[in-house]
Amino acid sequence: MKDTNKERLARKRRRRREHARETFRLFRKNKAAMFGCAVLLIFILAAIFADVIVPYEEAISQNSSVRLSGPSAEHIFGTDKYGRDVFARIIHGSRRSLSLGVGTTLLSVCIGGLIGACCGFYGGKFDTVVMRICDIIMCIPALLFALAVVAALGASMLNLILAITIISVPSYIRIIRSVIISIVEQDYIYAARLCGSSNRSIIFHHVLPNAMGPIIVQASMNVASMMLTAAGLSFIGMGVQQPAPEWGAMLNEARDFMTNQPYLLLFPGAAISLSALCLNLVGDGLRDALDPRLKA
Amino acid sequence: MFKYILKRLLIMIPTLLGVIFIVFTIMNLTPGNPGRTILGTMATQEQVDQLNHELGYDKPFFSRFFSYCGGLLQGDFGTSYRTRAPFTTELMGRLPTTIKLGLAAFILSSLIGVSLGILSAVKQYSFADVFCSTTAILFASIPGFFLGMVLIYVFGLKLGWFPTFGGTDFKSFVLPVITLTIATTVTVQRLTRTTMLEAVRQDYIRTAKAKGCSKARMTWKHALKNAILPVITVMGINAGTVMGGAVICETVFALPGMGTYILTAIRSKDIPVVMSSTVLLSLIFCVIMILVDVLYAAIDPRIRERITH
Repeated sequence: MKDTNKERLARKRRRRREHARETFRLFRKNKAAMFGCAVLLIFILAAIFADVIVPYEEAISQNSSVRLSGPSAEHIFGTDKYGRDVFARIIHGSRRSLSLGVGTTLLSVCIGGLIGACCGFYGGKFDTVVMRICDIIMCIPALLFALAVVAALGASMLNLILAITIISVPSYIRIIRSVIISIVEQDYIYAARLCGSSNRSIIFHHVLPNAMGPIIVQASMNVASMMLTAAGLSFIGMGVQQPAPEWGAMLNEARDFMTNQPYLLLFPGAAISLSALCLNLVGDGLRDALDPRLKA
Repeated sequence: MFKYILKRLLIMIPTLLGVIFIVFTIMNLTPGNPGRTILGTMATQEQVDQLNHELGYDKPFFSRFFSYCGGLLQGDFGTSYRTRAPFTTELMGRLPTTIKLGLAAFILSSLIGVSLGILSAVKQYSFADVFCSTTAILFASIPGFFLGMVLIYVFGLKLGWFPTFGGTDFKSFVLPVITLTIATTVTVQRLTRTTMLEAVRQDYIRTAKAKGCSKARMTWKHALKNAILPVITVMGINAGTVMGGAVICETVFALPGMGTYILTAIRSKDIPVVMSSTVLLSLIFCVIMILVDVLYAAIDPRIRERITH
């Protein structure tokens, strides 16, 4: 008995590995997604090794003798109104901007996933109450809600993460709930119940593995828009505060110098757009690879 | 149908109350003391307490909440800390700007999004489709505030076609509307393409083709009618995105609308203004969502059938 059990598990693991390999193969064939991956990797490496590339000191130290000087050999992206090196600020800004996008997505997937899964699996009164609350939150325009949270708690990176997580959790709850419901109604769940599996084993062995695909797709498609929202809030002064470098906040500073120093606008803007583009390409690629049915 | 609309309107009441409650609760998390904010650090503690009492800030939370709701019913949105003027006076000057901007962007993005989506789906994998899909993913990645500033730089500063900041005339609305439209078109466009592609693969399209139906009739009468339904839902949600986008767009173009009003209020800790602006815009959004629901029922005979019986 024990042996067959082991065999069965091994078979299951093999099947899962094959599935992962197939997904990876499909993903690798997608040239746009591979391009996105490559560029994103550069951004991630820049974020990890920011201190090695250029010391943080250069990103925040003010030097009035070189203020607003254009791109040159010494400052390849030029300097801003306080004489801070724009290149250093962009490299160090990637830490904040990228981690804001990824961090808020992970946080909201975890929270939304937990609540949504409970709603979908158990249903009942809990489900009704949570869904009503979600409906209500979704009636408040997302950005305004985030603004209200930041206005009440004060502008800081932590409150920004909190605000963006709050506005995105309801939609995750809804999506994950519907995914779970569609799985719970499948025949193999009934079969597992008939075999006497506990709720716990059904959740971990049947529901979660099957729900992972759609959840990953949804999350990866959202990272870019979360990052853009965070940058937008920083842009209007409601996010990361000075002198910490952040791409959105850098664009806001660039506004006053647009006429004569357009490079101040160009570099952070290009950094945001390029990383968002790559995140979108990777998200699309993952969707096509994990869920070929959705492929448009 | 009438009964359905009435029912939707009745359901709206608890939702609105919930919205007001959530916004009210969040705004009450603000640390600090309203009396102190209004009078400044120079005022004595007695004066602060006196003012708090006059304004009712020393009352318990729920009592304040219900008096706020009561005020809303009478059209009283509270008084600004900063100017001591009623919220509605300032609103009258600000709201039209935001509505003009939002409405123009909303209509344009819906029209352009749906038409480009149809074009992409009908001519799948053609040059037009690849072009539209590529620009869509590009524009989805460029944040509105960056795009707006690039437009200001090119068309305002370099070419001098449009004013770069402020103003309320037609010309100063062109660039903000373009910015906001581009930022919101993409979702509609991509969804229309997907749903249209799904629709043209259905059996009833094959039937229509077999009957000898013309391609135009097939697209417009058969496929679009089915494909448009999910798109309408997204248009409703887009109305909320447009409102949020308007806040940022107004900042970029320095337009005197609700967005800049809210931001000024946040900076000066003018809580009643932030709260009432959020509540008001959420109410508008709720009404739009209900209109979408009703529209849905009006268009889809299946839903209409389910409602009336």
